[in-house]
Amino acid sequence: MPNTPLLTVERLLFERDDCNVFEQIDLEVGRGEIVQIEGPNGSGKTTLMRLFTTALQPTSGNIRYAGQAIDLCRYEYLSDILYVGHQPGVKMTLTAEENLRWMAADCSNSAQDALAAVGLAGYADIPCYNLSAGQHRRVALARLLMTNAKLWYLDEPFTAIDKQGVSFLESCMRDHIRRGGAVVLSTHQDLTIDGVRKCIIVPHGDQGGF
Amino acid sequence: MNWLTNWSPSWQWFHRLGSPRWFYQTTGRWLPWLSLLALALLSTGLVWGLGFAPQDAKQGNSFRIIYLHVPASFLALAGYYIMAIAGAIGLIWKMKLSYMVMKSAAPIGAALTFLALFTGAIWGKPTWGTYWVWDARVTSMLILLFLYLGVLALQYAFHSNEAGNRASAILALVGTVNIPIIYKSVDWWYTLHQPATIKLTSAPSMHSDMFQPLLVMILGFYCFYTVALFLFTRAEILRRERKSTWVKELVIGAQH
Amino acid sequence: MASGFSDYLRRDLLLAYRRRGEAASPLVFFIMVSTLIPLGISPESARLAEIASGIIWVMALLATLLSTDGLFASDYQDGSLEQLLISPQMLAMPVLGKITAHWMVTGLPLTLASPLLGVMLSLPEEGYVPMVVSLALGTGCLSLIGAVGAALTVSLRKGGLLLSLLVMPLYMPVIIFGSATVQSAIDGFAWSGPLAILGAMLAAAIALCPLAAAGGLRLTSIN
Repeated sequence: MPNTPLLTVERLLFERDDCNVFEQIDLEVGRGEIVQIEGPNGSGKTTLMRLFTTALQPTSGNIRYAGQAIDLCRYEYLSDILYVGHQPGVKMTLTAEENLRWMAADCSNSAQDALAAVGLAGYADIPCYNLSAGQHRRVALARLLMTNAKLWYLDEPFTAIDKQGVSFLESCMRDHIRRGGAVVLSTHQDLTIDGVRKCIIVPHGDQGGF
Repeated sequence: MNWLTNWSPSWQWFHRLGSPRWFYQTTGRWLPWLSLLALALLSTGLVWGLGFAPQDAKQGNSFRIIYLHVPASFLALAGYYIMAIAGAIGLIWKMKLSYMVMKSAAPIGAALTFLALFTGAIWGKPTWGTYWVWDARVTSMLILLFLYLGVLALQYAFHSNEAGNRASAILALVGTVNIPIIYKSVDWWYTLHQPATIKLTSAPSMHSDMFQPLLVMILGFYCFYTVALFLFTRAEILRRERKSTWVKELVIGAQH
Repeated sequence: MASGFSDYLRRDLLLAYRRRGEAASPLVFFIMVSTLIPLGISPESARLAEIASGIIWVMALLATLLSTDGLFASDYQDGSLEQLLISPQMLAMPVLGKITAHWMVTGLPLTLASPLLGVMLSLPEEGYVPMVVSLALGTGCLSLIGAVGAALTVSLRKGGLLLSLLVMPLYMPVIIFGSATVQSAIDGFAWSGPLAILGAMLAAAIALCPLAAAGGLRLTSIN
């Protein structure tokens, strides 16, 4: 089924303490697409990412992966996604290379090469507590070069990285969609990639604001 | 777990049971009768037990505190299971009402456990000559109180209601598995360390004249517990559903 | 993402090895606090011998409790817990791996150091073997039960104190049978009975606690 979208979201709602976080969301993400989630602070972008990654269960609505409800193909779905969250998930006492090898254990690409590509060539053997916050993020983003995941979820991937980092990240995404993958990312920054679709989420009870 | 609830029409009653509004209205009809029954049973049992039941041969009048102590201990333990079962239903079927029941059962159970310990201490003074004895049952009761306090503390430690509910439900379930183990092990520990001065393990066989009022008191305590649980849960329902139309109408109606 | 039992066992052991000083503190606590007992009670060896088994068990319990707090805390703070939660494998296995690593870093050293404390507190000779065996099994139970509390409180700002309130009552059967094993041996009775029960509790805890802890960890994404 080449025409089935990779990710289908139907009438998605999430309640936190009896209150909807955002207005109902419908979304389709096809192969080779980049979808940018936008919304004001506190509109539930991170919550949405957590719903996508099954860390949270939706109150109502469906999420389908390649046409199948994710509850029914949980293993397959979770094996095919990659999530980079707010916190980089980097262990301070491990070296950059150890961290990367741990995070991407199922990939044959060289961790050294991936670190070199994110500009951490000489840092492979240095424990991460000696690196800066931006460098931690780079270690986390180096995962993008060492993954077979088809669907990427990137939550605010541009925080704490510099211009070079941004262009590196964009080139990663370009390569990924060229290979038939898809990216869902939340950011306020405008991307320089063509054809990025935007999905605006509206916080619940918000009548427009600004 | 969706298949469980979508499975067949026979689950409809279960869903209706899960509706806070339905619970509020139904218990509202039951409450007056249940309160009357509890009041009647408790006053009968108390007058009978304290005034008319015969004195104990060894302990004299001081034994009469069992008419409070024993029912309180019964309900303290039963209440933990009610709380844990409500929590389990909440975890499995994601039913809000059942979390509310669990949340309400915790303070009632803790209060009853405290009452059982307190009356036990008062009883202990004339019987054993001291307020506190590391007796097997006393120790188990104390641990039960700690278990209740843990559930209560965890419930209110979370910002999010949902997280607090689920966390305390998990803790209550873990406690449920542990309670029989705790009771058995404390029992065994006590037989190992039993001090020579206290020889009251074989409970004096009870005369039926003493036992009948106790039975009435136990029934009365069950009714009272149900009334208290309903009242706490109803208050919780109003608090949680305060934004819904039916609660607003109810409050406006009450003001007229 | 590696997420099996042995992956997490190895990783947590490596992490503990990199921070050896921190990992050793429960052991140091265990030894130091136990030396306070003769100062507080009496240096008389007959009196110490009477309470030695209980003291060693209570101290082992407290030392384990102190270290349980950190079982999931650093993973929660740096975001690797978030990654673990969305790994496709069953969550209970990596959790069990982490608990095993925790035991190897705290319970096992305590067990091995306990004969030293036995000497210092003049524990009767018959007590040593039962003490080491019962501590080996019992500290395993303590790590497993503690993990449930640690998982439930990891997302709370002041979870440490609450954690001890939650797990203390659950620890009680362990300490009863643990110290009873040692005491029975000292009193000249067969000590296999309480030890067997301790083993049964360990088996039950291995089966149930990782599941409960996994359920608790899932709450971190809500709060």
